[in-house]
Amino acid sequence: MDAHDRYYQGVRMVPYDIVKELTIALVAVLALVLGLSFAFASPDDPPLTIHAWAKSAPVDFVTTATGELAGSTTTAGYGAPYNDTADAAQTWGPLAPQTWGGVHQPVDAAQEFVLGPLSTSSTSDPALATALSQYSGATQDQQGKWLDAYTKGLDKAQVDGSGGITVPSGDYGPVPVMSSSLLRLAQSGALDGMLQDAGHFYNTDYTRSLLFMGDGSLLESMAGDQHLLGNQWGMMNETGSFPGQSWLWLYTFWYQVWPFNSDAGFLGLNAGNADLGVVLIMGLLTTLLALIPFIPGLRDIPRWVPVHRLIWRQSAKQRRTGAPGAAPVRAS
Amino acid sequence: MSARADANVDRSWTGALARWTDRKLPADRLFPDRQPAYVGSWVYVFGVCTIAALMIVVASGVILSFFGPQWWHVSPQGRFFNSLHFWSVQLFFAFMVLHLWGQYFMASWRDGRAPTWMVGVTIFAISIVTAFTGYVAQQNLDSQWIALNAKDAINSTGAGAFFNVLNFGQMYGLHVMMLPIFVITLVAVHVLMVRIKGVVKPIDFEETH
Repeated sequence: MDAHDRYYQGVRMVPYDIVKELTIALVAVLALVLGLSFAFASPDDPPLTIHAWAKSAPVDFVTTATGELAGSTTTAGYGAPYNDTADAAQTWGPLAPQTWGGVHQPVDAAQEFVLGPLSTSSTSDPALATALSQYSGATQDQQGKWLDAYTKGLDKAQVDGSGGITVPSGDYGPVPVMSSSLLRLAQSGALDGMLQDAGHFYNTDYTRSLLFMGDGSLLESMAGDQHLLGNQWGMMNETGSFPGQSWLWLYTFWYQVWPFNSDAGFLGLNAGNADLGVVLIMGLLTTLLALIPFIPGLRDIPRWVPVHRLIWRQSAKQRRTGAPGAAPVRAS
Repeated sequence: MSARADANVDRSWTGALARWTDRKLPADRLFPDRQPAYVGSWVYVFGVCTIAALMIVVASGVILSFFGPQWWHVSPQGRFFNSLHFWSVQLFFAFMVLHLWGQYFMASWRDGRAPTWMVGVTIFAISIVTAFTGYVAQQNLDSQWIALNAKDAINSTGAGAFFNVLNFGQMYGLHVMMLPIFVITLVAVHVLMVRIKGVVKPIDFEETH
């Protein structure tokens, strides 16, 4: 008799069919899955494309592209792993893992989202080639003045009948020619391909397209309509009324509460480094969950809370009343 | 003379593994025909339901991956199998969480079963990552936005240097290959650990039984 058999000595055993149990469970769960699938199907809201973005929100598209040139968008100043913008990475005290990770997905937002595609397109557009030449030949200070003035002008931009935009006149240099060319490129659908292929025939990496669209307002607005934003517990939601990743409720919860929803924060944790703080907390909690068997107090709660009496109520009752069919442990 | 009884084979690693298996997991423990009477509670059902849901998740996922990423958007059959995958994942997590809470309130780590609990928590954590890679690989509006949101959390840890949630190819590869292998392997280990040690006795067993 080994330790296993000694453990069960004196324990009442009953017949059991493990294969039958699994088969019944499989049939029952499959029936449930089929029922839910036939009744509710599954979510599949179409993704946003740069083509659709430029068509439906041309001012937002041009404003974002201008921001990429000015270096004022989220991507342009993101820091690691996309670029080396100083002091952009999230830190907590001496902890700076984002910086330690380094720049491994390099993204030059101005060049890759705007200037590169325009340069490709300028081979068949002399006016654009001249504008690009004027822009690249200007000082950084002059470029900044053009972009700043144009960004202010975009606040009063109007969409014309052809889907282009008109901006009140001002000293914008070559920027309007560049932006209208990029807008036409995007509205034709060509920019999707130019950002996506990155010079390769096969490509399944959507980093640049997504970062560019993420810098704009339309995608965020669409996400807000589908209650997917961070302050809407978005990470655990799904489009429509479908259940999302509800198992991420605790992760999402922390973003809604102090100090992670506060600029002032506490002990250096605030909205600015909420991602790092929440990941650290969830890592700690997951470790604690795994180590519960060794943590006094946490491991004792099941003894103090009488849920186990409910779970084993039937077998305890049978034991007390001397239920029939009791069989001794099988010798092996 | 059987090979097992041969002195040369007995000293081999294979022989040692065979003897360990015979001792720890004989056939009647792997496929038991009896179990302790106290296992007759509905709470024990959640574990096997989790495994059943996982089997449907894997089967529907294999079919989806066979026909490729466009199929589940453009054909009624693809959409249907996408729905099977979606709902089986929802049920997998529902049953797994119920199983986890059930095991917690039964303090199932008692009597030398802490490793079984720890493997279970590891399965839960890896399953969350597996599901997340699936959500960002859906190729719809939801996957676009949650990938953009989640990148900030991943990047803040430095993991964004090699785990790029905006890279569909990487997420899809991890979702259909590496992460499921981890989950399935650990579930197999978890079940074998339960079979080797047996189901833990109720709390206060001596008093109530």
